[in-house]
This record gives sequence, C-alpha cells and structure tokens, in this order.
Amino acid sequence: MFDYIWLVPVFPAIGVLINGILGRRIEAINKDLIHWIACGVIALSFIVTCTIFYQLLQLPAAERFYQVTCFSWINSGVLQTYVAYQIDPLSMMMAMFVIGIGFLIHVYSIGYMDGDPGRYYRFFVYLNLFMFAMINLILANNYLLMFLGWEGVGLCSYLLIGFWFDDEANAIAGKKAFITNRVGDFAFLIGMFLLFTGLGEHGVWSLQFNEVFSNVHYLSTSQATAICILFFIGCTAKSAQIPLYVWLPDAMAGPTPVSALIHAATMVTSGVYMISRSNILFSMSPLAMGVVATVGALTALFAASIGLVQNDIKKVLAYSTVSQLGYMFLALGVGAFAAGMFHVLTHAFFKALMFLGSGAVIHSMHHAYHKVHSHDDAQDMRNMGGLKSKTPITFWTFLVGCLAISGIPGFSGFFSKDEILWKAYSSPQGHWLLWLIGAVAAGMTAFYMFRLLFMTFFNDCRAGDATEHIHESPFTMTVPLMVLAVLAAFGGYLGVPHALGGSNLFEHFLEPIMGLGDGKILQDATTAVAHGAHQAAHVAGHAVLAAAGHAAEAGHAVVGHAAAGAHHGAHHPPMWVEYTLMAVSVAIAGFGIFVAYMFYIVKREIPVALAEKYAFIHRLLLNKWYIDELYDVVIISPLRGFSYFLWKGIDVGVVDFIVNGVARIVGWGSSAVRYMQSGYVQSYAVSVVFGTVVLLAYYFLKAL
Amino acid sequence: MNELGFPIISLVTFFPIFGALILMFIDKEAKDTIRGTAMVFAMIEFFISLPLIFAFQSGTADMQFVERYAWVKSAGLSYFIGLDGISLWIFMLTTFLTPICVLCSWTYIQKRVKEFMICLLLLETAMLGALVSLDLILFYIFWELMLIPMYFLIGVWGGDNRIYAAVKFFIYTAAGSVFMLLSILFLYYFNHKLTGVYTFDLLELYKLNIPVSTQFWLCLTFFVSFAIKVPMFPLHTWLPDAHVQAPTAGSVILAGVLLKMGTYGFMRFAIPLFPYASNQFTPIIATLAVVGIIYGALVALIQPDMKKLVAYSSVSHLGYVMLGIFAFNMQGVEGGLYQMLNHGISTGALFLIVGMLYERRHTRMIKDFGGIAKVMPVFATFFMIMTLSSIAVPGTNGFVGEFLILVGAFRSMPVHAVFATSGAILGALYMLWMYQRVMFQPLDKEENKVLKDLNAREIVTLLPLAILVFVMGFFPGYFINKMDASCEHFLKTYHQQVAMYELQVEEGSPAKLASVMAESHLKSTLTD
Repeated sequence: MFDYIWLVPVFPAIGVLINGILGRRIEAINKDLIHWIACGVIALSFIVTCTIFYQLLQLPAAERFYQVTCFSWINSGVLQTYVAYQIDPLSMMMAMFVIGIGFLIHVYSIGYMDGDPGRYYRFFVYLNLFMFAMINLILANNYLLMFLGWEGVGLCSYLLIGFWFDDEANAIAGKKAFITNRVGDFAFLIGMFLLFTGLGEHGVWSLQFNEVFSNVHYLSTSQATAICILFFIGCTAKSAQIPLYVWLPDAMAGPTPVSALIHAATMVTSGVYMISRSNILFSMSPLAMGVVATVGALTALFAASIGLVQNDIKKVLAYSTVSQLGYMFLALGVGAFAAGMFHVLTHAFFKALMFLGSGAVIHSMHHAYHKVHSHDDAQDMRNMGGLKSKTPITFWTFLVGCLAISGIPGFSGFFSKDEILWKAYSSPQGHWLLWLIGAVAAGMTAFYMFRLLFMTFFNDCRAGDATEHIHESPFTMTVPLMVLAVLAAFGGYLGVPHALGGSNLFEHFLEPIMGLGDGKILQDATTAVAHGAHQAAHVAGHAVLAAAGHAAEAGHAVVGHAAAGAHHGAHHPPMWVEYTLMAVSVAIAGFGIFVAYMFYIVKREIPVALAEKYAFIHRLLLNKWYIDELYDVVIISPLRGFSYFLWKGIDVGVVDFIVNGVARIVGWGSSAVRYMQSGYVQSYAVSVVFGTVVLLAYYFLKAL
Repeated sequence: MNELGFPIISLVTFFPIFGALILMFIDKEAKDTIRGTAMVFAMIEFFISLPLIFAFQSGTADMQFVERYAWVKSAGLSYFIGLDGISLWIFMLTTFLTPICVLCSWTYIQKRVKEFMICLLLLETAMLGALVSLDLILFYIFWELMLIPMYFLIGVWGGDNRIYAAVKFFIYTAAGSVFMLLSILFLYYFNHKLTGVYTFDLLELYKLNIPVSTQFWLCLTFFVSFAIKVPMFPLHTWLPDAHVQAPTAGSVILAGVLLKMGTYGFMRFAIPLFPYASNQFTPIIATLAVVGIIYGALVALIQPDMKKLVAYSSVSHLGYVMLGIFAFNMQGVEGGLYQMLNHGISTGALFLIVGMLYERRHTRMIKDFGGIAKVMPVFATFFMIMTLSSIAVPGTNGFVGEFLILVGAFRSMPVHAVFATSGAILGALYMLWMYQRVMFQPLDKEENKVLKDLNAREIVTLLPLAILVFVMGFFPGYFINKMDASCEHFLKTYHQQVAMYELQVEEGSPAKLASVMAESHLKSTLTD
C-alpha cells in the first residue's frame, strides 16, 4: 500500500536533473521557471509524504511498519544491499517536518536569492539535491543507504557553504565542513564494518535495520559499545558536537536559507535521528549512552558560553544550534529517545524561524547598505538596532522564536526542553549534575537570544545613512516566517507531558520504535523479546520481509509495554519534584531574559564595563576558546610538515636517490674498466639487470 | 572455435593495427584527416567490442570466446586467448578510453600527429593482447610490446623533462619484467620435468605443484614485476615523473589501463600460479598497500603541480585495489576489480581535466589558478563530478569500489582496513583543497579572466565518463554480476591450494588431500 514511496525521493531528483542540465538555458529564458520547478518538485514530494503519513495513521499502532525495496544496490558475496525504504512512525515523522520545512525554505529562497543572477539555478539545484539526500537518509531501511544520504547531505552542505566561492573564506569554510564530516564518516564506516562482521560471525550478514535490531543479542556488550561510540563519533561531526563541532559556526558563510534548512533544522539533526533509529543498539551499552549524555550536556553548556559574546547575528544562532543539539544528545544519552526527537521537531520550527528571520534582517540591511554604497557588515549586530518598527513582521515572528527557545511556558520549546531536563534528572541513567548543566545552559540561552533580539530590534538604529532604506522583505520571505512562527508557538502541544495534564501524543506515536525510553529496563526486555521476534521471523520465513518486520516491530511494541509496566512499577521521584524542577528552569530562563534586558536596554554600559573588567574571559569566549587555533597547531600544521618530509625526504631523497644512484654506480664501474662507456643510462641499467638475472638463474637452476 | 563461432577477440585486438596501417598511407600534413581517421577506427573498435558484454555468460568461471591455435608446436607455444569475468571489464575499459584519448589529443598534439595516432592505436592492440593472453609467452610479448609505444608517447610528445621520465619509466618496468621472463622459463622447464610436456598454457601451469621454497622466489619475481607496474610503494617513483611529462592522452592510458596491468597481473598470473607464496606475502603486500594509500595521499596533499597531485593520488587509489585483492574474499576482490575501473574513469577524467586547463594556460601549477569556476562553469561541473568520484562519495562509482574493498579488508585484516579507511579523509582533503584553490577563491589573475569554457568536443570527451560515474554508482550490479563467477572461482581455487600446500608443508608429502579439499571448501564458503 506504500509502494509509491519511491516518488518521495524521485521528485527532488527530477528537479536536480532538469535544473542541473538545462538550468542555464532556462534561467536565460525565464528565471521564474527555475523556482517553479524547484519548489514544485518539493511540493509534490510533500503531498506524497502527507498521503503516506495519513495512511500510516489509519493503521493500528502495532502494524505501522512497512518496507519497500526498489532495486538491489551493492551486492557481492554475503554483502547484499538494497535501495529500500522504510515506513514507520519515526521515519514518517522526520519526513513530514523535513520536507515541510524544506518546502517553506525553498519558497523563502525565491526572495532571498533574487539578486544573484547566473547562480540562481545552481542554488536551487543544490537545494533539491539536498532534499534528495536528506530524504534517503531518513527513509532508508539500512545503514548503507542511510550513509548515502549521510554523505550526500554533507556534500550539499559543502557546495552551499561555498556557494559564494569567490570569497576565499567561504570556500575554506565549505572545505572545512566536508573534511570534518569526513572524519565523522570514517568512524561511521568503521562502526558499520564492525556491525556487519560482528553479526556476520553469527550468520546474519545484514545492514538492514530490522534485521540488525532483531539480532543485536548476538553482539557482546563490548562490541555494542564500540559500534555505538563509533556511530556517535559520526554524529559529533554531522550534528556538531564536541570535538567535531568546529565546522558549523564557519558554515554560516553560506546563504541564510541554507543555514536555516541545513545547518539548523534538518541535516544537523540527522545524528539525533540516527541514534534514535539505533536506540536498541545503544540501549545495549550503558557506557556509550553515558558518553552521549555527557558530551551532549557539555556541548550544550560550552556552545552557549561562546554564544554569549558573539556579535555576528548568524554566529549567535550557529552556537545556539550547537548548544540545542547538545540538549538533544543529552536526552538520547539518558534514554529519552522520544524526548530527543521531540526537541528535534520543535527546534526545527523555532530555529528555522529565527534563521529565516535573521536572513530577512540581513537581506534588509544588505539592500539598505547597497543603496548607499556602503560596505559595512550587514550581519554585525552592532550595526543594527531599532528594526522593530521598520520590519515588524520579522520582529514579531522573531520574538516568538526567542520565547520558544528560551522555554517560556506555552511555547513549543518549553515542552521539549522541559521534558529533556526532567529526563536528565529522573531517568535511571540521569544525574542531577546533567540537569544542572542543562538548566544553566538554558539560562545562557535565554540571555543570548534576548541579547540578540534587543541589539537588533530595539534602541536606535546604528546603520548610519542606510537607516532610512531599511524595509520589510518581500512576501515570499515573510509568509514562511509567519507559518513557522505559528508552528514554533503551538508545535509543542503535540507533546504535552502527563504532568501538565497532556497525553503526550508525540511520545505515544513513536512508542513502537522507542519504547518508553527507559534504557536500562529496555535493555533486558529487548534481548528477551528480540530473541522471540527473531524466532518468529524465522518461522515466517525471511522471504517475506514485511512479515518479519512486523514480527520484530510487534516485539518492540511489547518491549515498550514491558518497559512501561516496569516504569510504573519502579520507584519514582514524586510529582512535586517534577513541578519544582520545571519552575526552577523557567525561573532561570526568566532571569536570563531579565539580565539581557538590563544589559542591552536599561544600562547599556554594563556589558562594556564587564568586558573590560574580565578581558581575559571575554577574549577567550570571543575567540571561541581558541579551539580552531589549537586544531591547527596540533593537527593541520604537523600533517603538512610530515607530508613535505615524505615527498622531499623519502620519495626524492631516498627512493629516487637509490634508483638514480644504482645507475650512477654502474656508470662509474663501467668507466673504471673503460667498458661499455656509451654514456646511456639505459645500458648501465641493463648491466645491473643482467647481473641480477645471472644470480637468480643460478638459484633457480640449483632448485631444479 | 567459441560461442560466437567467430574469432571476435582477435578481431577486436588486432583491428587497431589495421587502423594504424591505413594511417601510414595518409599524408602527414593532412592533420585533420589523420585525426578523423584515427577517431573513426577507435570508435569502430569500441563498437565491435560491445558484443562481448552482451554475449558474455555471467554464470560460468570458464574462459569465454576462446581461440586456440598451436603456434610453435615443438616449443609448446600457442596462440591462446580468451576472456573471463576478471578481464572482461578492463578489456572494455581499454576500448572505451581509446577514442577519448584520440579526442583529447585533437588540438593538444600538433607535431607528428600521424605518428602519435599510430602509437596510440598500436598501444591499444598491445594492451588488449596482454589482457586476453592465456599463454605465458604470448602474454609476455604483449606485455613488453606495451612499453614501446608508451615510451615514445612520453619521450616524443612529453614535456620538458620527457627523456628522463621516459627512460625512468622504461627501465623501471623493463627491469621488473626481465625477472618475470626468467620465472616463466623456469615454469616451462619445471612443467616439462613433471609432466613431460612443453607448454606455456597458463591454465595447465595453474595445476603445477611447485615446492614452496622455489615458489617463494618465482612469486617474488612476478610480484616485483607487477608491483612496479601498479605501482606499489616504494616502487612508485617512476609514476609521478611519467605522468607529469606525458601528454594528456598518455596519462589517461597510463592511469586508465597500464597501471591495471599490474593489478590484473596479480589476479591472473601471480596469485593463481603461486598461491602458497602469495599467501605468505599477503601481510607484506597488504601493509605496503596501506602504506601506499596513506603515503600517496599525504604526498599528493602538498603537490604544487595539479598533474603530480593526481599522479600521487593514483598511488593511493591503486593501494586500495591491492588491499582489496589481498583480502581474499568476495567483497575485497570484486571491490578491487571495480576500483580498477573506477580509477580508469575518474583519474583518467582528472588527467583530461588538467590537460584542458594546461591547453588554455600552459601551466599546471595550482597557484596560477583561482576562481576558474566563475569563467568556466561547465568545466567546473565536470571537475566537481570527477572529484566526487575520486573521493568516493556515495552515489558515485568510487564509493562502490572503496566500500567493497574496505568491507572485504575489514573481514580479513581489520587493522589494515582501519588505516586504509583513514585514507578516505586524506583523499577528500587533497582533492577538495586543490579544487578550492583552482576553481574557487577570487578570480584575481588577468590571464584567467579570459579563459573560455569547454567547447563541444571537450564536452563530448568528458560526458561519457561523467555518465558512467553515476551509472556505476547507482547500478553496480550490472557490472559486478559478470565478475561473480570468475571471482568465486579465483577465491575457491586459491583457498584450496593454500590449504593443500599448508598440509604439504606440515606433513612433507601431499597426503590426506581429500580431507583437506573438503575442509578448504568449507573455508572458502566462509569468504563469500
């Protein structure tokens, strides 16, 4: 019934082909055709996705699993892989919001990229290509196809960061993104090899999700830990966590719609998606889970600290993204997979909103500067101010985003962030320290977001002559802003927790995939149930994949219930603890906003004084803890030096020295006996060869 | 005769000589006629080779389209040729690349056009002959024959330092193959001693049971000879010189086909003839392969000359091929074969790309460029596609080969595989860094601002390669299916033979063979 799912990735691919091959000509004839094609294919993709999503909802929860095999891909011996898609609550949830937001951002780009002739078509080709790769990443039913999407989105990110490539900094930022991601992909690949061979030892040669997950009990804990940590290293690159986050802030060199789509809402969350997808694997290794939670929490705090002092409007948002991704990993690490995914969703709404908002601001600033022929930085918040009245739609929608990310009750971010903080404290893998780090980071978040809001939209405009030329952006840009603002405000009601009288629709929807997020309990239950599921699958026969999948998925559902049962039975912190923690985190956020208000509206001399007083800390934060410089000294420079040594030292100095030396020695020897002194290197070498031949012949004949 | 009832391989192999003969009668001043004629022959050649793909039976490991005639009966020399899943695609790659080489030399070669085209066509025959020969002496003749046209291509149409490069190329490879000849003769006499028959028939010689101590030395000579050709670290230093000096077409053929003769030689000759010794050498070869992967990538990283960079990247890529073959399982071996084709396509195309820039600017130094994507957008697209293929992004052919090789290697030598995988990071680093410095960044040099984008001929040259990158990336099954039976057979015999020899070494006599065979069969199913 879902056999037509291949249409979802194929539509964007058609867009890539048409605009990619004919784009230059089409643009010459009629520029509008380019974006009609590019947005049209995404719209079609979205319609198909909606239909599938609707069909999926009609099914009972236990049957919401389906696989569609399109064609076989890389086959050799025991390795059999397919281009095949998987339809289940998790993949469809991701697909819905990724393609939906993707469509909005395509529309937004029409206005934003308007003044870029000759490259207009190229931009949309890359965007469509990104959608193609991202859809494959999400819908894939095996790790290899997921890896295609995984590297594919990295490639598009590279192409789009360096979109304005005539600026060297942009080109370097793009390359940095790709290489850093390659480091992560290296770990992902090794993890995949380990998984493949680890299960292969037991006769299960597969990279397909449901086959892998129903056989994970074959893996030892140490194997599972190794695989999970390698996968997580892959995530630290793609989802910008310590230590491989360094590319994301630089990635802001790309056009702002790209920052919104790729570097905030979708691609960077694929690490979270991958771990959620592999939650059964991760549940096997408490150690790996601990690593994920710790790195996530530290990243949330660390990135937020840098965000406090940045002056580039997009840099603030970039560090904020890194920090928010940290929250998501914190959630995953404590076993709250559904909460992590929920934050992916709400974050996609409010962060895409804020990036597009900042894009609108930059667009307006840029045009105004253009009018007065000024070359001032259109992204520096120190040049902005007072835009509230000039760009009202941008301001009000941006305000919604700020309230959401700060976790103000009622807005979407409140529900997801609070869920994460609560789980960080209360889950068996949780710890009060993790909660504290998260809460402090939340306070910082509220501070820097409102600092941004106040610096940009309040007080007097600091743009000089350009001030009077600042206008609101065209409607193709403001309409997506308004849609996203609605989602950012109300998207949270999909997952209102029980404590607030909600029914947590979101978590229940994902339940068949995630269980109820109590990793430890899950672990034991999984092993037992997966075993049963595996046997059931055997009985059903592997020929009918869907049937096997059903069995496995049904098994997971049982795990969920088992876990739920255990959950309720286990000793739990009382309700008042949850309410108290909630109140505390809201208070911290409120305090952050208050401080920002004091610093940037009431007493604007305070931040300057503080920066002077604590110059060292300020400089440290402003320069991002000097991590880039550190990497350069420790890795990049030595690598280059070593390479130079290999070339001049080994290749030329040793190997060629010997090769040419042999010829020369023969030459000297020959001249000594004044024999065969022809002067040709060839003949010298021939004599070397001849001598060796004689020697070898001697040994061979002896052996005969 | 053979399945088609028609000596198709002979026809395809010697057809270029016919073309060369015709060229000889054309006035050497009529350059366009010469180019056109060469192109027509290269194209006809490609089309008459196509039926080989369609008539090829993928279900069998036997040699196909076999032709066999006694040549010098008393000496046991025969004209014995055929194709199987191991040689088929490299054979096709050769007929596919030759027209591309003619096209890319259209304006690049201005002096002695006639001789150039004749050399190219003769080289094609020599390469095809080496790929189909199943008689050791016949193979050796073609093998040495390849050197001569290539020597001229570099020595006559090369760059400033062409004589040094040509001589270095010639001596390196010739020196290696002399030892191989010696071993071939040894095999010939040894076979006679055991069976009383004089023959150079490869399939007969496969069956020889060679004492392990002797095998070691024989194998060494073959290995050295092929390793030079591959080239494997540390025998690679002829390659950068040869590539930098060679004209574009020479580099394309060199990278596309000649280097594969080395890796192909391992699979067709060295390993099946000396399985036990090959097994002994495996740790060394695999280690050298991994060293080559990383070494080649690191040295490529800092090259100031684009062509040298691509040349060193070849060392790295061929390291993957060797690692795959010596993993001795299906993924490794098929990945290795696939990577040979990929390398022919992507590196061949990269040499074409460097050549196109060189023709316009007469420099290959990276620092002389910058911002080229702005003036040459079509060129930039092709360059990007080939870069992606070279760094093995999924969806391109490069990924299929590299992934299979790494999976295969990981199954038999995990540590080697981990190091080899890190080469993928370095690969991205040197390729993207070059791309960035050549194509991106500000367009700040006056000479570069007037560069013209690709003309129709150049687009036609690159387009087939670009299409193949994606076809082979998304539908590798079509290619790999035809390799399956031969690779399975290759592995099965290898593992059986190794097990047999091992027992011989243990017990000192070829006893208990039956049980060993049974056991080794078990073992070979583990390496599927």
